[in-house]
Amino acid sequence: MNDLTALTLAEARDALKSKSISSVDITRAHLDAIERAKGLNAFVAVTAEKALTMAKASDARIAKGEAGPLEGLPIGIKDLYATLGVHTQACSHILDGFKPPYESTVTSQLWRDGAVMLGKLNMDEFAMGSSNETSYYGPVASPWLPPNWSADKARAALGGDKRGLLTPGGSSGGSASAVAARLCLAATASDTGGSIRQPAAFTGTTGIKPTYGRCSRYGMVAFASSLDQAGPIARTVRDAAIMLRSMAGYDAKDSTCVNSPVPDYEAAVGRSVKGLTIGIPREYRLDGMSGEIEALWGRGAEWLRAAGAKVVDVSLPNTRHALPAYYIVAPAEASSNLARYDGVRYGLREPGGDITELYENTRARGFGAEVRRRLMIGTYVLSAGYYDAYYVRAQKIRTLIKRDFETVFADGVDAILTPATPSPAFGIGEKGSADPVEMYLNDVFTVTVNMAGLPGLVAPAGLSAEGLPLGLQLIGRPFDEETLFAIGETIEQSAGRSKLPDAWWA
Amino acid sequence: MSVDQAAVRRIARLARIAVTDAEVPHLQDEINAILAFIEDLSAVDVEGVEPMTSVIPLKLPMREDVVTDGEIEPLILANAPLTEDGFFLVPKVVE
Repeated sequence: MNDLTALTLAEARDALKSKSISSVDITRAHLDAIERAKGLNAFVAVTAEKALTMAKASDARIAKGEAGPLEGLPIGIKDLYATLGVHTQACSHILDGFKPPYESTVTSQLWRDGAVMLGKLNMDEFAMGSSNETSYYGPVASPWLPPNWSADKARAALGGDKRGLLTPGGSSGGSASAVAARLCLAATASDTGGSIRQPAAFTGTTGIKPTYGRCSRYGMVAFASSLDQAGPIARTVRDAAIMLRSMAGYDAKDSTCVNSPVPDYEAAVGRSVKGLTIGIPREYRLDGMSGEIEALWGRGAEWLRAAGAKVVDVSLPNTRHALPAYYIVAPAEASSNLARYDGVRYGLREPGGDITELYENTRARGFGAEVRRRLMIGTYVLSAGYYDAYYVRAQKIRTLIKRDFETVFADGVDAILTPATPSPAFGIGEKGSADPVEMYLNDVFTVTVNMAGLPGLVAPAGLSAEGLPLGLQLIGRPFDEETLFAIGETIEQSAGRSKLPDAWWA
Repeated sequence: MSVDQAAVRRIARLARIAVTDAEVPHLQDEINAILAFIEDLSAVDVEGVEPMTSVIPLKLPMREDVVTDGEIEPLILANAPLTEDGFFLVPKVVE
């Protein structure tokens, strides 16, 4: 086989099983690809030695017939998962030099199942962002070329400030870029308001945010604890299903992690969607929505109808309140979670005359502008006199949003189809510099799902007129990820697999 | 609702984030832009609606009230910027 990085996770797994390739070979191929793709800035730490040690151990287990479900498969890990003794900073300066003395539950389950760690992936600082531009380690470039750009022009920009190149989205921008650029077979990601699904849509990959409680949050750097959930980004719906099975499952160390068996998600891929009822929520048809996104949405509904599903209009009347309510709940929880970064126990420390000055200087220097802004908003909405008007009200609105979904599902709808993003990928340096809210609007279709704790999957659904990837989102009933994988596969197959960009960056 | 510059300084103090004089007007604009964005929520009728506390119906799990961890002082201190004799070091707090 010529290019081992071109295999899907499922293909690589089967090739390893039949011993036609070795884990050391496919791991080396990915480490080489990472080395050549440094300009994309997708990885913030590469663990080459560890990867090769793990790969050798995998090959030995395969030889002995003791292979796990992910045996020998090289993957990337978002920088917010604690990995024992390895760079874990959620791409923030305030966690400068932090190396956890423990492993997150999600990653420990991936290693238990035989996966090989290539390194840590770039992300927006503390997962606060929609373009990977808030990372302390700098922005990530998407492997997709901007419309009408030559490879030479893009290569030149890659060596500079990257402006004008496309963002891979965020916050899981490193994960999405690395998977689309074939630097890893799949990656872990995380999603608080759309951080798995928006980057997947921008890069022509698949991402799923499972139901809240499906994966353990133990060892994931916390942003907003009632919204955060782990999930994978992968090149196909099947690959995402394979990843999620290993990532999910009960963990006593997270009191919100649900104790119910993890299904074989891959078995749902290819299952017929005949007879399923798909809801199209009218409130997602925004004023001024691009004709292209609207057409894509209609095409998605057509594909599902052609596959035997019933498509019905539904109403989710509180949709438009979701994003503003999110910008109360998420910063509020962040201001509480990020209180731990004090310059005393780990990470960066900036001296001060007294303890308060030590805190203030450390946090001013260690947090980037977007994080500081959100912490201040969160502090404000929780402060005396404002708590009821903002935070409690937002939590009530959250109840209304969840109720909307419950009503639709009670009426017999199996899943809801929506656009994933209001537009295809935008350029680095293009959005949010004047008004932070401009960037927040990226999550308008995804954030409702976090507010209601539901599973949401984004599958690649084709290319825009300018040749950029577009995704469609499926929202499911709580813990019914299987239905999303079945429908997602139908969308992926109907759209036809788009060819990922050639390696102009290498 | 909107905030003035004094409020920006008060919030920064509560959040334990040092701000310079030059930053305050800029922060004020940004915070007010976000507050304007969430302003619409005050018009939503939430009469009689329970605030959400958990998206999934889950009873907080209980375990035996016993020590399950500990004796790992070196690991706890391993990432600290300054330690002495097994303690975290901070500026003098009590005179």
